Amino acid sequence: MTAQQNAPDLRPLGVDGVLVRFARTLTQEANARALSFRDMVLEAGVKGVTEVASSLVSVRIGFDPELTNRHTVTQTIQALIAEHKTPDPKPKRLWRIPAAFGPDHAPQLEEAAALAGLTPAQAVAEIEAATTHVIAIGFAPGQPYLGMLPGHWDIPRQTSLTESLPRGALITAVRQLIIWAADAPTGWRHIGQTAFRVYLPETSQPFAFTPGDAVQFVAVSDAEFKDIKQNPDSNGGATCEVLR
Amino acid sequence: MTAQLTIHNAGPGLTVQDLGRPGWKAQGLSTGGAADPLALLEAAALLGTPPGQAAIEMMGFGGTFSVNQAVRFALTGAVMQADINGEPISPNATHVLPAGAKLTIRGAKQGVFGYLSLAGGIATPPIMGSRATHLTAGIGKPLQPGDTLPLGADADRMRAPMKLPVADRFAGGTIRIMSGPQTDFFAPETLAAFTQTTFTRSPRGNRQGVRLDYDGNGFSTRDGLNHVSDLIVPGDIQMTGDGVPYVLLCECQTIGGYPRIGSVIPSDLPKIAQAAPGTSLQFQFLTVEEADATAISQAATLRQLTRLCQPMIRAPHDIADLLRYQLISGATPGDDLERP
Repeated sequence: MTAQQNAPDLRPLGVDGVLVRFARTLTQEANARALSFRDMVLEAGVKGVTEVASSLVSVRIGFDPELTNRHTVTQTIQALIAEHKTPDPKPKRLWRIPAAFGPDHAPQLEEAAALAGLTPAQAVAEIEAATTHVIAIGFAPGQPYLGMLPGHWDIPRQTSLTESLPRGALITAVRQLIIWAADAPTGWRHIGQTAFRVYLPETSQPFAFTPGDAVQFVAVSDAEFKDIKQNPDSNGGATCEVLR
Repeated sequence: MTAQLTIHNAGPGLTVQDLGRPGWKAQGLSTGGAADPLALLEAAALLGTPPGQAAIEMMGFGGTFSVNQAVRFALTGAVMQADINGEPISPNATHVLPAGAKLTIRGAKQGVFGYLSLAGGIATPPIMGSRATHLTAGIGKPLQPGDTLPLGADADRMRAPMKLPVADRFAGGTIRIMSGPQTDFFAPETLAAFTQTTFTRSPRGNRQGVRLDYDGNGFSTRDGLNHVSDLIVPGDIQMTGDGVPYVLLCECQTIGGYPRIGSVIPSDLPKIAQAAPGTSLQFQFLTVEEADATAISQAATLRQLTRLCQPMIRAPHDIADLLRYQLISGATPGDDLERP
């Protein structure tokens, strides 16, 4: 820990959990601290701790109230925080994933681009140019939160929920992209479509991404996208390159 | 012959459920399992079976079932009228379903989620350590008429019939909540208004969560909607953009961006899951210490429920077909009581 003002917040999250929150807003630094702190707690093997999960800027330490209690867990967490150092967050893997941005595949591209102060063509160019990182996995199984887009992409969620989106939808809000895995409502805007499945429950490795992975999107025409979809074995035409 | 259950008719919300898949939150998979896990523990207490067995969850509507080998079973959770070949049976009690007989379970009269638990359990192949259907995660799917399910062996077939007095958890009322990491995103007057509001369980709800309707202004945070997405636990009360609360249930997302005003304690969450549309609900904050004191493991809950089970002694008014029984046999001279 470098400075006292960076001390994380410890808050209850359920009767069997403590949330360690490193920041109230998303930064690369806060994300890297959260991901590495999760690893540290897992490695520490704390008695009575049943589950350690990270999100964008926080880590939840779940415990069994019959084996330990909030006070004991909190003291252990505070000792770990005092020793915690943020590692260098170089990605281990780079994914390249085809995405279609034609009107049939991107019903809210124009609206989202306008909120970011861009034309739809500029928006697609910026998404293609960005190397995003898996900053969290969640909401639905294997679903990646990808960040960070440039500052003008800090557009809010919709005030109402979109009831349903196709799997593989590329959606955006608050400088992030998500490849949609869920059959669930969302307030994020639908700006493109991939044929990538982030979660393959029938396989021995059900989850494609690991936090920290780098991800780039490659714009393809509607015709190319149709071909990609017709080859179910290609997992959406995605490639994964091991960097280190 | 392998024991199996056949589904002849099925409402739209029938799924196989157990106590779910804990431990995958980091990969984005919520625990899932029964929307009212207490109902599965009640069935385990009645039948004397392990708590992790899989049962059939019925959301709102029931179904018609038969088995090819006699099996003990119990109906718990939502109150659903049921009969075996037309003879009514009571909920929260053990019964035997004879081979070939038709068990008919009707729509919920009170509550939302009813459970049909068969001794031996549903024996479908586990996926990631559980048999629970998780619809949003694409694990399993709703049961359909014509489906058959394998059943495990009943380890305690001669166990005496039992019944269990069950506290009403279908009437809504005051729900206890605790503060969470985002409670202070809301102004004190918004928190006060929240606890003074009487909500109505909306018709919109499922295993992911239920929406709450109310009159008046929305419950918004002080700084709008640009909160960083953060970890969720079942019971969290999430405010969507227009300030409408949803209480998240067992099959909820693991991370979300809408602010959460607090979290229903696990002991009271079955009351939310079982609140039928139109049920009134109010919320009361506990301190963290008070909330933590309510934490109880499923194993401890099962031990408590097992102690509450009573042998089922059939009283004449519980026997629907009383007149079919031969209650008096033979003849007497008529002066038996007067003779010395």
